[in-house]
Amino acid sequence: MTVATTEPEQFRGLRIEVDPHARALEVDDVTKVFRQGPGLIGRMRGKREERKRVVAVDHVSFVVERGEIFGVLGPNGTGKSTLIRLMSTLLMPDTGRVRIFGLDVERDEAQVKRLINRVSVEASFFKKLSPMENLMYGARLYGVDPAYARRKVVEILTRLGLENRSIGSSMEDMSRGMQQKVAIARAFLTAPVLLLLDEPTTGLDPHSKREVQAAVRELRDTHEATVVLTTHDMQEADELCDRIAIVDKGRIVALDTPAALKDMVRQAGEAPPSLEDVFLRLTGKKLEEADKEAELT
Amino acid sequence: MTMAFHELRASYAFVERNINLVKRYWGWELVWMLYTIANSLAVVLIARGANTAVGGQPLSTAQVDTLILFLAIGALVWHYLAVVFQTVSEMISWERWEGTIEYTFMAPVRRGTHMVGTALFSLVYGFAHTAVVLVIVVLAFDLNMSHANYVSASAVLIAGSLSLVGIGIMGAVLPLLYPERGAEMTHVIQAALVLISGVYITASEMPEPLATISIFSPATYVIEGIRSALIDGEGFAELWPTMVGLVASGFLMIPLGVYVFSLGERYAKRTGRLKRSG
Ligand SMILES: Nc1ncnc2c1ncn2[C@@H]1O[C@H](COP(=O)(O)OP(=O)(O)O)[C@@H](O)[C@H]1O
Ligand SMILES: [Mg+2]
Repeated sequence: MTVATTEPEQFRGLRIEVDPHARALEVDDVTKVFRQGPGLIGRMRGKREERKRVVAVDHVSFVVERGEIFGVLGPNGTGKSTLIRLMSTLLMPDTGRVRIFGLDVERDEAQVKRLINRVSVEASFFKKLSPMENLMYGARLYGVDPAYARRKVVEILTRLGLENRSIGSSMEDMSRGMQQKVAIARAFLTAPVLLLLDEPTTGLDPHSKREVQAAVRELRDTHEATVVLTTHDMQEADELCDRIAIVDKGRIVALDTPAALKDMVRQAGEAPPSLEDVFLRLTGKKLEEADKEAELT
Repeated sequence: MTMAFHELRASYAFVERNINLVKRYWGWELVWMLYTIANSLAVVLIARGANTAVGGQPLSTAQVDTLILFLAIGALVWHYLAVVFQTVSEMISWERWEGTIEYTFMAPVRRGTHMVGTALFSLVYGFAHTAVVLVIVVLAFDLNMSHANYVSASAVLIAGSLSLVGIGIMGAVLPLLYPERGAEMTHVIQAALVLISGVYITASEMPEPLATISIFSPATYVIEGIRSALIDGEGFAELWPTMVGLVASGFLMIPLGVYVFSLGERYAKRTGRLKRSG
C-alpha cells in the first residue's frame, strides 16, 4: 500500500521541472545569528538588559543526495530547527547559500516552496478545525485537486491509524501522537520532492514512533522523495537515516553513515559502540546532559 | 495563465478556511454580534435623549429621526469598515495565536493572493454581520427609510472597502514585526480612523486640525456618501465622483499595502520574528 504517490495531474500545473543533474540539497557555508533580548520598544520602556547575539547555525556546509534520508542529530538548542527553517524559506541566512534542486532558497523562493514541505515539532493546526478541514486548507494552498485530496486525506490518515470519526472532528482534544500523524499526512498530501521533518517523533509513544518512521521510509521508497530529519533520538537516527550529521552548538562535528560514525570510535576488545558513544567521544558530553545544559541556559 | 489560475484558486483556501473557523467559533461570533448590537444601540440612543439632555428649543420628531439615522449610519458603516480592517489586519495575529503562521508562509502562494483571499472573506463577512445589526437597529428605532437609495449606498460601501483592505494589509505588518504587542497597535490605527473620519459628526465641521486631516481618510467619503444615499436618496448621478475616487484610492492602497507587508516579511525572515520557539 502506498501513502504518498500523488499523480502529477492532480497538481494543476503546480509542479515545476527540476534540473536532472542538480543535488537534492546543498547547504554551503550557512550562518544564522539571532539577537535576543529587549528590542527598541523594550529599551524605550526602560529595560536595561543587554541584547545578546546567539549564533544558532555556524558556518555549516553539507550536501544531501536524491533519495537519501539525511539525519541531523544533536541536543536541544544546537540550531537544528533553525537549519530546517533556513531550508524552508522561513528564515534567510546571514552568510552562505541553501540550494534545493539547484534553486536558491532566497532568490527562487516561489519555486522552492513548490518542492518542499515541512513538519515541525509542535503541531501547527487550526485547533478548532478538523483534520479534514486543516488538510483541505493545505491542499488548496498547494493546488492539489480538492476531490482527489478529500479521498487521499482519508486514505493516508486511515493508513496512519486514525479512526474515521476523528477525521471530521475538531483537533483540540487530540493526543500529540495523533496530531503529529495528521501533520505528517498533511506533508505527504502535497507529495514534496524534499521533505523536511523537524523532530517528527519527539514526544510520541513507541508505537506511534514506529508508524511514523515506517511512513517516512515508504514515502522515500515509493515516491523517491528526499528526506531531511532532525532528531535527538539516537536509535531513530541509527535505524532510519542513510547518513547523519552530528551537530553541537551550531556546528557539524561529524558527518557520515551510522556505521562509519560508529567505526570511528570503535576500539578493539570493547563492545560495539552506539551513536551515544560517538556523540560522547566527539563532544565530550552525553546527549541528555547536553539537553539539560541547554534547558538551563 | 496557469499560474494566475492557481493563485485565484488558492485565494479560495483562505475564504474556505475562515468560513470553517467562523462555524467552529460560533459561540464567540454570537458574543461579538451582541457586543456590536449593544454598541450601535448605545450610540443611536444619544439622539433619543438629545431633547431632555440639553433643554431649550426642542427638536421636532422629524429632526430627531434624522439625527437617529445620521448616527445609525455612522455606527453601522463604521462597524462594517472596522470588520473589514480587523479581519485583514488580524490575519497575522490570529495565525500566530493558532501556531499556523509558518505553515501558511511556507506555502507556494503569493502574499498578494493570501491578502486578497482574506480580504474577500472580510467583505462577505462584514456585509453579513452589518446587515444583521442594521435590521435590529431599524426595527428598534422604527426608522423612516423611504428616501433611501440602497443601491448607490452599497456601491459606495463596496468601493470604499478597497481602501480599508489596503490599510488593513499595512496594519497587518505590525503583528508580524511585534509579536507581543502588534495586535494592540492595529487597534490604535482603528481608533485614529474613527476620530478623523467623521463617523458621528460631519467631517468638515470637526475642529481643526481634524477637519483637514479627515480629507485624507477614505472612510470620510464612504460615510458621507452613504449618508447622502440613505438620508437624501442620492443616486449614481450625484455620487459617481465619490465612487470613482474611492476605487482609485483602493487601487493605490492595496498594492501599497502588499508592498509594505512584503518588506515587513523580508525583515521578519532575516531577524527570526515569524516564530521564536520550536
Ligand atoms: N527566532 C529566533 N529568535 C531568536 N533566537 C532564536 C530564534 N530561533 C532560535 N533561536 C535561538 O537559536 C538557538 C538554536 O535554536 P534551535 O534552532 O531552535 O535549536 P534546536 O532545534 O536544535 O533545539 C537557540 O539558542 C535559540 O534560543
Ligand atoms: Mg528544534
